[in-house]
This record gives sequence, structure tokens and C-alpha cells, in this order.
Amino acid sequence: MRYLPLNNNDRAQMLDVIGVDNIDALFEDVPKSARLKGLIDLPKHQSEQAVERFFQRLSNKSTPAGSVPFFCGAGAYKHHIPATVDHLIQRSEFLTAYTPYQPEVSQGTLQALFEFQTQVALLTGMEVANASMYDGSTACAEAVVMAHRVARGKKSKAILASGLHPHYAAATQTLASTLNIQIDSQGAQIGVDADVIDRIDNDTACVVVQSPNVFGEIVDLRPIAEKAHAHKALLIAVFTEPVALAAIESPGAQGADIVVGEGQGLGVGLAFGGPHVGLFACRQKLVRQMPGRVCGETVDANGERGFVLTLSTREQHIRREKATSNICTNSGLCCLAFTIHMSLLGDAGIQRLAALNHEKACELADLIDGVDGASVENETFFNEFTVRLNRPAAEVVDAMVKKGVIAGVPLSRLAPEADPNLLLVCATETSSDEDIAAFETALKEVLS
Amino acid sequence: MKTEGRPTSPVAANANLPQTVSGSKALDQATSLIFETGTPRRTGVDLPEPKGRKSRLGSHAREGEIGLPGLSEPETMRHYVRLSQKNYAIDLGVYPLGSCTMKHNPRLNEKVARMPGFADVHPLQPVQTAQGALEVLSVLSHWLMTLCNMPAVALTPKAGAHGELCGMMAIRARLDKDGQSHKRRVLVPESAHGTNPATAVQCGFSVDEIPANDKGRVDMDALRTKLEGLGADSDIAGIMLTNPNTCGLFENDIIEIAELIHAAGGYFYCDGANFNALVGRVRPGDLGVDAMHINLHKTFSTPHGGGGPGSGPTVLSDALKDHAPVPYVVAGKDGFDLVEHADENSFGRMCAFHGNMGMYTRALSYMMSHGSDGLKQATEDAVLNANYIQASLSDVMTPAFGGTCMHEALFDDRFLKDTGVETLDFAKAMIDEGYHPMTMYFPLVVHGAMLIEPTESESKGELDRFILSMRSLAQRAKAGEVESFKQAPVYAPKRRLDETQAARKPVLRWTPPSETAEAAE
Repeated sequence: MRYLPLNNNDRAQMLDVIGVDNIDALFEDVPKSARLKGLIDLPKHQSEQAVERFFQRLSNKSTPAGSVPFFCGAGAYKHHIPATVDHLIQRSEFLTAYTPYQPEVSQGTLQALFEFQTQVALLTGMEVANASMYDGSTACAEAVVMAHRVARGKKSKAILASGLHPHYAAATQTLASTLNIQIDSQGAQIGVDADVIDRIDNDTACVVVQSPNVFGEIVDLRPIAEKAHAHKALLIAVFTEPVALAAIESPGAQGADIVVGEGQGLGVGLAFGGPHVGLFACRQKLVRQMPGRVCGETVDANGERGFVLTLSTREQHIRREKATSNICTNSGLCCLAFTIHMSLLGDAGIQRLAALNHEKACELADLIDGVDGASVENETFFNEFTVRLNRPAAEVVDAMVKKGVIAGVPLSRLAPEADPNLLLVCATETSSDEDIAAFETALKEVLS
Repeated sequence: MKTEGRPTSPVAANANLPQTVSGSKALDQATSLIFETGTPRRTGVDLPEPKGRKSRLGSHAREGEIGLPGLSEPETMRHYVRLSQKNYAIDLGVYPLGSCTMKHNPRLNEKVARMPGFADVHPLQPVQTAQGALEVLSVLSHWLMTLCNMPAVALTPKAGAHGELCGMMAIRARLDKDGQSHKRRVLVPESAHGTNPATAVQCGFSVDEIPANDKGRVDMDALRTKLEGLGADSDIAGIMLTNPNTCGLFENDIIEIAELIHAAGGYFYCDGANFNALVGRVRPGDLGVDAMHINLHKTFSTPHGGGGPGSGPTVLSDALKDHAPVPYVVAGKDGFDLVEHADENSFGRMCAFHGNMGMYTRALSYMMSHGSDGLKQATEDAVLNANYIQASLSDVMTPAFGGTCMHEALFDDRFLKDTGVETLDFAKAMIDEGYHPMTMYFPLVVHGAMLIEPTESESKGELDRFILSMRSLAQRAKAGEVESFKQAPVYAPKRRLDETQAARKPVLRWTPPSETAEAAE
């Protein structure tokens, strides 16, 4: 077996040193009834070539986003990733290192995390950020739990706006369900995010608002923040597309107390939904209630600048049942990809990338508005928007697949109770003029 | 041929060596922060000029600079390559972190994960266009269920601790469905990883610790005292038990433990962090387990990546399987399909989308490469390597418990008694020897714990060199060289870092020098 360096001669010598006759002697603590005889009923070892062929055959059974005109967004976004990013994250020293618990030999990972935290803080307009979470949805759920910690159990309610991605709402509901947190949610509805203002009261620990929301609409967070703060509630601002933050006013500038979202759009591929990278930022005064790992600057014994994981007294390996969260990992390599892509872009690059995304979406929206049986519902949007069709969106998507176009995500796929005729459509810098034209043509044919 | 090499010693490093103007030391290159070298107007990505059409952002456009520095492509490459060279890695040397399982990461797995039919597939594109990706989910599920002899698996948990949450939520859902909502007490051994009690609390349970005996296993007398005579209507929700446990030992009373818990009407959550010691030789389903997460990033070698992403699929027993989270894949007559919305039994959704697909492809590639024979051999080699280390060091270091171990060898600090050297110093001295330290001060039940897990990836020659270093360090400690231990590491890119200062006055982001000066005023 190519991955195992020991040979039988080594094994015999080592058993001798240990002082046992055979390998079975090392498994004697296993109860007799549970000792397996022979091999488990699965295929035996295979060559690299054979395994690669198996996966190639399966890969060929899917339609990659890059192979067709492609318009799905709704929480995962198709962007071009510079070749430099994938090369660097595959360097052995990043790829095959553990969590940087021994800082003297982990400065590479640690400095990258420190830079990542700074980039996330700048992009979100917040003071501090952590070293990432599993993904945007789990970051959202953890933010709600954090808000309840901040309220010290004196407030029970978390209000979710109707434009919050239904998966985020569901993941939050799951985590909150065991913790006496009352989730006030009215399901996915278009154009009524501001309704949360009337639902905020003194029992509200937090209000969760996504912008751009799942329908693509940009939400004005200021009046919501104002009302929330008047009732000593926290505003948790959510985003699913990090590129959008380069185009629209930051949630921090609009008064958010915690900002969480998905970072996949920068540096991280679609990967059928994971691994992605959750971003988590908050106000400085809340930092000791923040979940997840965090990297901080310090000095070494020679007085030189260095970095360490810090504030670990919040974490489970110290605090055990009193920890701020059970989370024990971040999304290390994905946050490295994010920070490398961001370093390549810089301010100028990400603003231009955002402008291109917005233009492509505007072009597509204009064309769709000209098709009979289809209309764009949004007043504002960044790179995705909602189309109302004259028939169920799932049927239209399936019919357009047959014409070689992957048109978007029916809202009903995310929320079965929602209006079946709504379709979420996204265009990015990867959408060529030909792709956009192909969308229009296919949609006309399907709706005619 | 001279084979001994030139001796190195801390004295040489502390000698009055010249300071360099650059701050670099030959291959050890100085690294500034991107915020110190980049500028907002520079970029390493060429993008076409926008046409400047009318915006539909409404009144919400972002004005002014964000403050993000940009680098050209060669500057970016150099920055991150320099950073990378300040990291230790499995590909560089022995990385014996107990309970973390730092085994070889085959590059075939990286290659298959990047195939476009998996890597460039959107989680919400129509299922008829994602059949290959769904087939990976299905085949992986089959392998995991077969290796565990369990009837169901929830793939979506994104890490080990997320898998713990999955298992404990399934238990809670089952209890609630059976009208057993008074069952809220979870037993957790004091040797458990900190995630176990944290998870139990996050699921709304209370934690009741059970002590270890002098053999490093669950104290059965204490457990029986807690459970005897309680009956199925007790307040016991279950137990969270790691097996092999965090001391690297198989819980030999595990079947009785499962029976006691089941008799008290509770469920058996097994923390599968150490499943790599069992694969192919023991199936958790044969031990009475109701739920167990599997760390794909440990047992099945998806890369640790400097702290994730992980993946924690959770196998479930017949009693719990109806409560599994959504989404999951099902085989239909027209191919594979997804169940994406929870019915009344499922405890809900744990995250957006389908879990960490990129880890599924890598883990499956690893499993198929090994096959049933190779997986068993890998398990045996991992256990053999750990015992070889324990046997080879037991005369100079102090194994925490007698007898053989499983995949990791646990030592305490008795051998350092009266030397002035502590576990931390010993670990830092290993860095100077060219090794990543073992896991230190965990598990908590052993004083000054040193947990060494070599994995099956190390050759005998590499182990022999490692053993030689460890013996030498133990002898140096006993010979009174405490000062050199306190100085260590001296050959690493950084000397010991001041973690107290970092925690007391947290600096969690870069701030422009002008703002730092203002803040100080």
C-alpha cells in the first residue's frame, strides 16, 4: 500500500521491542464480541490511476458551472479565482499544518489570520473580526447565541427579517431551539424587511437583517439599528456575497453591532456548497463574547513582533461547559484563500470587481424585463435579483436546463411555502455577453 | 564518511552573531504585513473597465476607500511563500500531535477534489445537473456506514464539534418525541475533550462528570453508583464517551457502559475523534453506540489546512436515524435526489447546503485507495507505531498508565520531577530538535500530559530518529540543563511568544500608525 512506509520486517522488529507476539495482542482490550474477523465487506486497495478514473467518471456526470451559461447565486457565487490563490493554498506548509497552537513554528498561518481579520474588519466596517467560522449560516446562528450571552439571559427574543436566507434562518433556528431563545420569524417574504422595526421591543436581544437580502434587495439598516439600540438590542447584519460589501455602504457604518456572512465569493470555489468560510466581525466592546478562534499580535522573547491565538479563555478547551461556543475549528485554508484573493485585489481591484458584477446584473435585469411573462421585482440590487415568472420557476429552470442554460434558483427550493413563481437570478464578472444573451433567448423560448 | 554531523547547541545560537540590515537571516526571510507593503491603488488582478452605466444600488453606494492594501502578483506570491516557510508541516517532519492525527495527506485527493464536476458545481443547481456530486455523497455514506456497522449517516456537520452537536440534537429530538423531555443529564468523563461538555450545554443538557480510575478508563464503580436502580425513566439523557479515550486507551468496559446507559433510558454518544485506531478492526455499531461523529480530517486524512476546514459526518443508530438533519441524498428511479426540507422528525438543518463536499471527495479517495485491507493495515500500523514509541521511551520518560496503548502514547511529567523543566519547556525543546511538539497538558486527568500520536505515516527509521531525540532531551533534563530548556526554542523563526500580553491587551487587527498614536494619547 503506497501510503504505508512499514514493511513486515519492520513490523516484526517493532513487535519484538514492544514485547508482544503479534498485532492482535495490542487490541486485547477490545471485548471479544466486538473483534472483527477478516476484512470488512468493501473493495480492496486500488491504484492511484484506478481511483482517479472512478472520480473522473463521476465528475463527468455533473455539469460544472463554468461549462454553461450559469446564473445561480442565493448564497454561493461563481467568481473567477486567480491561479495564484490555488497554488499558494496547496503549499505543504499551509495545507498540512495543524491549528497554530505552537506559535513559534506557526507564524505563517498566524500572520495570515491577523491580516485576514483586519481585511474582514475593514470590509464590514467593524472594529474586530475572528479567524473565521464554518460558513455564513453557522456564523449567523452563533451570532444570535452571542447576542443572548450579551443580554445575560434577560431578553429572550431574536427577530429574523423576512429577507434572511432561509437556510440561515433554519440553521439559526436549530441552534437556538435548545437554548430558550425565541425565534421570531415570518418566513421568506419579499420587500418587507423593514417590518422588523415594529417587532423590536424590550425583550428583543437581537434583530437579524440580511443586506443584500436573499431576494437581492439592498436594505437600509440605519432605521433598524436606531430602533434596536433604543431597546438595547443588537443589530446583526448578514451578507452572503462578500463582493457586495465593496459596492454598498458597510454594515458597520450603518450601525450594525455584529456582522456575519459568507466569504466564499472571494477565493473559494462553489464546491457544491462547502467548504466555504464564515466571516464574523463585531464591535470591540463585544470581543470577549465573540465565538471562534482569534489571532492577536504580541512579541517574542527577543522583543520581535509575532502572533498567537488569543482570548482562549472563552473557548471550550479551557472553559469546557462554560465556553462561549463548542466550536473548536475555523475554516483555515478557505480563509487563507480569501485573504490571498483579497490581497491580490486590493481596494482598487475589489471595487472594480464589484462594479463589473453590478453592471452584468443590470444588463441581465434589463433584458429579462423585456421578456413577456417575466419581470424583475427589485427596486435595488447588487449582482442578484428576483424575477417573477408567469408559471412555477422550478418548471422554467428545468426547461431552460434542456436548452443548456442554468437559469437560477427557484425560491421554492429554499422555502417550499414561498411563492413558486419567483426565481433568484445572479450574474457575476464570469457572465459573458454571450451567456447573458443565451439566458434571454432560452427564457423567451420557454415562456412563449 | 563522516556521519555524526557538526554538533549544534543553544550556545552557538546565542553567540554574538551579526545583525542583518534586512532583518532576514539567509533563508529565514523577514516578513512585513500586507498593510505595510501594499497600497490601495495597486492590484494583482487585471479586470476590464466597467462601462459606467446607471447604478441600481439606490442610495446605498459605498463611498471612498475601504483601506484594503493591494499587491501585484509577484509581491503576493513572495509574501505568502515567505509566510509559509515559517510553518511546520506534516510534509516537513514528524508532527506527533496526540488526538489530532497528523497523517500523510495524499495529493491524489487534492486532484480529485478539484475536478470540475465536484469543485465547480453550485449547491442549488438543478439536481439533474449535479448527479456526479450526489453519487459521491451516496458512495461515501455507504463506506462510512459499512465501516461503522451503523444504519444511517448525516454528512452535513462541518467539523468534529459540529458532529457532536448533530448527535446530541438527534438524541434530544428522540427524547422529546418520546415525551422524555425531563431527561436532560448527560454523563461526561473528566478526561473528555472540552468540546463534549460545551456541546452538551449548547444542546440544553446539564453535564455530570464521571471520574477515571487508576487505569485511565471510566471508573465503573462510580458509573454504576450513578446509574444503578434509576430505571428507564431516569433524568439521564445519555453519555458522551470517547473511544479509544483521550488517554489513548480502549474503554474495555464499553459494552457494559452502553448497557447501563440504555437501561437508564439514555443514549450512547461516542466521540469518534480516535476512530482511526479502530477502522477495519472494530465497528462502533458492535459496541452499542447510538451516534458517533467521524473526523474526516483525522481518520480519513483530509488536510488540516492550518485549522480547518474539517468535516464531521455523524453515524446514527436505528433509534436516532429518523431525527437526522436535512439535507440528505436519496436514490430515486431517475437518479439521485435530495431531501432538503425537514419533516416532523428531523431536528432541522445545521448549515446552508450539503456540508463540506470538498472533504467528502478527499476522504472517499483516501478510503478507496486503501481499501478494506489497507484501512485495516493503516489502523494496525498506527497502533504499532504508538506502542513502539511508548516501549522505546518508557525507561527515560514516564508512561501515564501501564500496559499497551492504542494509536497514541500518553506520558506524564513525573520523569521531570525536580529538574525544573516543565512539559511546556520540553515541548519547546522538541522544536529545536526539528519536531513539532506533541499535544501537551491534555488530557487534563494526567499531570503535565504529553500525548504522542505518530500515525501510520512514519517509517521505522523516522521513528528511531525521533526516539533518539526524545531520549536525549529526557536525559538532558535530568542532567540539570534546565536553562537551555527555558530558552527553547532558539532555532525557530520566533522565540517564545508572550501570550499573556496578547490576552491582556488584545491587538486583533492592524491599525494605521497614525491612529495607533492617537489612541495612545
